[in-house]
Amino acid sequence: MRFILVQILIAAVTISSVFAQTAEEKGLAIAVEADQRDIGFIDSTANMRMVLRNRHGQESERKIRVRTLEQEDDGDKSLSIFDTPRDVKGTAFLTYTHKSGDDDQWLYLPALKRVKRISSRNKSGSFMGSEFSYEDIASQEVEKYTYKFIKEERFAGLDCYVAESYPVDQKNSGYTRMVSWRDKAEYRLWKVEYYDRKKSHLKTLLFTEYGQYLEKYWRAGTLKMVNHQNGKSTDLFFAEYAFQTGLKDKDFNKNSLKRAK
Amino acid sequence: MYPNIKKILTISLLTLGLANLLTGQPMAAEITSKLGIEARLFPKSPAYEGQEHHDGSAMAEVEMYHGFDSGSSITITPFARVDYADSERTHFDLREFNYLHVADSFEITAGISKVFWGSTEIHLVDIINQTDMVESLKGEDKLGQPMVRTSWSRDWGTVDTFILPYFRERTGPGTDGRLRLPLPVDYGEAEYESSAEQYHIDLALRYAHTLGDVDFGIYHFAGTSREPIYRLNLSNPNAPEFTPYYELIQQTGVDFSYVAGRWLWKGEALYRIDSLYGDFAAAVAGFEYTLVGILESDVDLGLIAEFSRDGRDKRLVPLYQKDIMTGLRFAFNNAASTDLLCGLAYDIDHYSQIYSLEFNHRLGEDWKITITSWLFSHIGDADPAQTLSEDDMIRIELFYYF
Repeated sequence: MRFILVQILIAAVTISSVFAQTAEEKGLAIAVEADQRDIGFIDSTANMRMVLRNRHGQESERKIRVRTLEQEDDGDKSLSIFDTPRDVKGTAFLTYTHKSGDDDQWLYLPALKRVKRISSRNKSGSFMGSEFSYEDIASQEVEKYTYKFIKEERFAGLDCYVAESYPVDQKNSGYTRMVSWRDKAEYRLWKVEYYDRKKSHLKTLLFTEYGQYLEKYWRAGTLKMVNHQNGKSTDLFFAEYAFQTGLKDKDFNKNSLKRAK
Repeated sequence: MYPNIKKILTISLLTLGLANLLTGQPMAAEITSKLGIEARLFPKSPAYEGQEHHDGSAMAEVEMYHGFDSGSSITITPFARVDYADSERTHFDLREFNYLHVADSFEITAGISKVFWGSTEIHLVDIINQTDMVESLKGEDKLGQPMVRTSWSRDWGTVDTFILPYFRERTGPGTDGRLRLPLPVDYGEAEYESSAEQYHIDLALRYAHTLGDVDFGIYHFAGTSREPIYRLNLSNPNAPEFTPYYELIQQTGVDFSYVAGRWLWKGEALYRIDSLYGDFAAAVAGFEYTLVGILESDVDLGLIAEFSRDGRDKRLVPLYQKDIMTGLRFAFNNAASTDLLCGLAYDIDHYSQIYSLEFNHRLGEDWKITITSWLFSHIGDADPAQTLSEDDMIRIELFYYF
């Protein structure tokens, strides 16, 4: 289904590019191309270090292991396991991302050995006290937004497309729009600006230290999110990226959530 | 069963050594430790002689974990508490001591382990592990249960089987401890319906599955009831006491949760075949509704309401016989992971009210403070909770993790 949809979109994009393309069509075409370039990674694992900084510069750190499994006809499945802070060690999130509708999400509480279904409607809520919300952390599916191309601009020394995206689920998203900078050569994200429900500039996310894996897939090594309204920031540092490690669907069910250490 | 700590540690080390030999892999156990000190304050004068206004204790829990490349693992988690006022609270337990073998869609756990079933705040269907009642009234602290568990996960759901070869007796406060029953309990002299006593082999089978927004499970348990019946023992008429009695039961239970946007609907129900006091059914149902970012802050507020009904004779059910439980759960979404849960349980038959509060806050990276409070208000004379009516409590715990 995904491939058919993508092919239709590509056909639509190709046909329309022959003629005059609207800003909305061009915005969508960029998002589809970026998504297309990431198809086929199959699965990935990485270690993430999250550094939370308050407005006084005080830092606190979380270490999280992330496992992702690509799905052919739906959004990705992912498992995030906390190693620190030590009081939440072993706490884990299992997420089934869906292209449309709410994601499925479960939380594992190791002290009680309890798996809890949680509402994924809490999109705008903070992810573990960081400046990233659940919707920022979740797999970015093309279908979750509508798009509009704005302009081309030099950013981070590269020729970039600047496009806006608007959440389809406007009621539960924390944003009215996002502005993103993608380089024209590789369609990598370099910067995203987030505008809140009052349309004021809430946060800015910067991507750096990209690495290419399997000679195809680009992943940023560092993500820096700054909240302009509360003065806090969160940095994510990714290390030990591995692809096609042999993860299967059975590694992303409630039993595997319970034994994820 | 657990003669002394030294012996346990020796066995633990030998097991690690044996696993080392068998697997040919170096056994570098990952060790996570938790140390805690606790103060419990009881503002009201004690109801029984020997009880104190305050209590102090210290606890330690050490998890030793080794994972193999195959996904299999060994976990050993000893736990100990030393209490100043109540000798029954001074206790040692092996929370876990097991080998987990993981095959393709199959896993098997052999040894002492812990399993949780259920969805609601009031725990009804959870039955595999015995409750470590001296730890907390909430019933979420459990004793390690010896078991052989198999779990088979397929597209159509997960089937778990359990063989439980040894029974753990419920812990409880001693004569000098607060939150105790009206008479002393002779914990050492528990009686059983089964002639095999603690060695009766209990069995359980559970099927669980997720269908879209619904998670559900159904199980059957055959074996020794985890809930003791306290029988009056008048063998010494000057010092009457209770003797715990554990009967054999058959119990079928179901639990589900249904997520609908910001609503989380939950329910648990059971039917127990009880030869002594008659068969009965019990159920809990309710919801949690989450308000995200209240008053333009980062704070999420969960509104909780649950209704419980237990078909047993009123005299046999200490808590939640016919109750409405309401709660407010605040998650502050800050670096310290601060959360606060305020609850009120209202007994419809006895008009009793139990207020509870639980607060958690991380201090720096490695410390955590937990404050728990229970207030027993308007406890009716006929309410089994009457024995707790003078035991309003504030509990402050400080934990260090390393």
